[in-house]
Amino acid sequence: MKWKHRLQAWLDSRTGLETAVRNFLYENIPASSGWHQVFGSVALFLFLTQAFTGALLAFNYAPTPGEAYNSLRYILSEVTAGRLMRGLHHWGASMMIVVVVLHMTQVFLYGAYKKPREATWMVGVVLLLVTLAYGLTGYLLPWDNRAYWGTVVTTQIAANAPLIGPYLVQLLGGQGQVGVVTFARFYGLHVLLLPPATLLLIAIHVYLVRKHGVAPEPGDNLRPEQKFFPRQVFRDTVAIFIAFAILFVLAVAVRVPLEQLADPTDTSYIPRPEWYFLFLFQSLKLFEGPLEVVGAVVLPGLAILTLLLVPFIDRGRLRKVTERTFAGAVVVLAAIGWAVLTAAAIATTPKQAIAEQIDFSEPTDWLQLSPVELAGVGYFRRENCGSCHTVGDGKAKIGPDLAAGTHKSAAWMIQHFKRPSAMVPGSAMPPIQLSDAQLNTLAAFLLKLNPRNAEALQSAPDFATEAAIIYQSHQCGSCHLVNGVGGKLGPPLNGVKERRTEKWVEDHFRNPQALSPGSIMPPYRFSSEETKTIVGYLFVLPD
Amino acid sequence: MGHTIVSQTEPGTSRRGFYLTFIYGIWGLISAALAAPALLYLLLPPKVRRDSDWIEAADMTQFHPNVPVEVVFRKNHVDGWKINSEKESAWVVKLEDQRTLAFGPQCTHLGCAYHWDDVKAQFICPCHNSIFGIDGRVVSGPAPRPLDRFDTKIESGKLLLGALHKSTESKT
Repeated sequence: MKWKHRLQAWLDSRTGLETAVRNFLYENIPASSGWHQVFGSVALFLFLTQAFTGALLAFNYAPTPGEAYNSLRYILSEVTAGRLMRGLHHWGASMMIVVVVLHMTQVFLYGAYKKPREATWMVGVVLLLVTLAYGLTGYLLPWDNRAYWGTVVTTQIAANAPLIGPYLVQLLGGQGQVGVVTFARFYGLHVLLLPPATLLLIAIHVYLVRKHGVAPEPGDNLRPEQKFFPRQVFRDTVAIFIAFAILFVLAVAVRVPLEQLADPTDTSYIPRPEWYFLFLFQSLKLFEGPLEVVGAVVLPGLAILTLLLVPFIDRGRLRKVTERTFAGAVVVLAAIGWAVLTAAAIATTPKQAIAEQIDFSEPTDWLQLSPVELAGVGYFRRENCGSCHTVGDGKAKIGPDLAAGTHKSAAWMIQHFKRPSAMVPGSAMPPIQLSDAQLNTLAAFLLKLNPRNAEALQSAPDFATEAAIIYQSHQCGSCHLVNGVGGKLGPPLNGVKERRTEKWVEDHFRNPQALSPGSIMPPYRFSSEETKTIVGYLFVLPD
Repeated sequence: MGHTIVSQTEPGTSRRGFYLTFIYGIWGLISAALAAPALLYLLLPPKVRRDSDWIEAADMTQFHPNVPVEVVFRKNHVDGWKINSEKESAWVVKLEDQRTLAFGPQCTHLGCAYHWDDVKAQFICPCHNSIFGIDGRVVSGPAPRPLDRFDTKIESGKLLLGALHKSTESKT
């Protein structure tokens, strides 16, 4: 092992690396240091993870509107582990906010910002703002409806800022609209400007922590100091591991959807910000008319200023955390205020429109199916055919693979559905209790199946198959055309979203003649649930 | 973790050993959990969207035995998240034995476009003078392997081209 020591000694004399690491690890920290001081390390870890997953995403991402959406869709549906990477980046952003706020709360509760650590605190506040800026700019990058409309609201809020409003809008590339320039600015901020700024700020922040030492508690000067390594590093590692485990589970288990491509003409879209901005969004509602600027800019500005000035507002001598009741009360009040506003925002969020429930990172081939075929998917699900039959996914089940390609005729299938053993002697399949017309749709779907489209067709969302069943059972197809199939007495229904509003179509179902004089369409009295389903379906049809 | 005086003393050797093992172990685990998916993400090819379809490239009537023709056709080319319709070309030869060969348009040496020389009855690459016979074999020059070939089939008088294969045989 002699050569190893010599190598170490050589490396250290030339680079000072070992000494630097040693100095870093064997830093003295106060006796009271412990589990409550792990959050800063966790935040740093999450930042590095974000940088890592962000760089990987950038390897498969085209930073221009439209292309951005397509490339993200490619990452999600075609690149191996792409969905995991996006999940890590998406949830990592949320966790970063949580951890940064926890870090700040801890420092605030313990009064660790007091003299001489005022600058450390203020750099920390700037880091909080930078973290929020990542969230704001990153939100636009998927370029789906959610991203687009969320950013429209953000830029309009920025425009309200007194004096600097117009300049801010100019800086964000919008003249009241979000387009290619805004996108480029947001992307530039997110990946070019913010990361080095963050690194610099973190370096200053950590330097200041080291310069002044970890904040002690009263009484620490009477007790022997401890070393940072290994015990505090152990605590940090445990906390980082817990955070990482949560992040990984979220990324794997909670799917982040992709909505439809940003549509600036979609006036029915109701934008909502990310959960950590909901409280701001809600507080805006308390201010109307000319007061709006107060809620949008003045109050948040004052809040940030107050936060920055905390060390100068509270200049009392350092006390034990258990004696800092006022600080505790401030934290509790802030938490309650945040929770109430967020809860109110969630409570007033309208139920997602049907089109927003479609995950566009999945194949959307089902949109091309005729209503009859789509209704067949619905009956296939209602009758639980999938519990005995595989559909092209290879797993062996009792019944044959229905996508295997050797299709019988529709007539054969319908006979088989009614009395399975009559057509296939010894078949264990129970007869299907559906009308002839319904069995016909089921056969139509099965005829359409092949190994290539099986997965894509089965990803049809439930609302669509239910809507197709309504459509088919009311024989809408006798007069109307959908995806090229149906009658031509009535107008074709593809593209109805361009011609009518949802409200108009709903009213039209109830009393067609009132809205289209001379129409021969009979009135339909759907339940409100049925109306929502069928209208939702008609409004997602391809043009 | 109390703050009694006892716990402030430096940890004993065995506890220190536990800390070290734990710290290295956890960081190893986290690195692996990030590195493994990252490698899969970067190294595995994306799911193929569609099989290489057969492209209708030309009408068979335009070919005469032993007269290579350069045909130009459009092919949908999947490029990451884009599907581009691109102009492609192939040199098609109907041999005397009625077999039809279709060669990729690039020389196998450095990818220059070669052409058919009617007089010499050979494919000649202008860059470094690689010369190929009418069956695509290397006659002379630096080309390392015969011309690449498309899969071909003929349906109702039309020539269909499939995937382009590198010929695996060595020179000549």
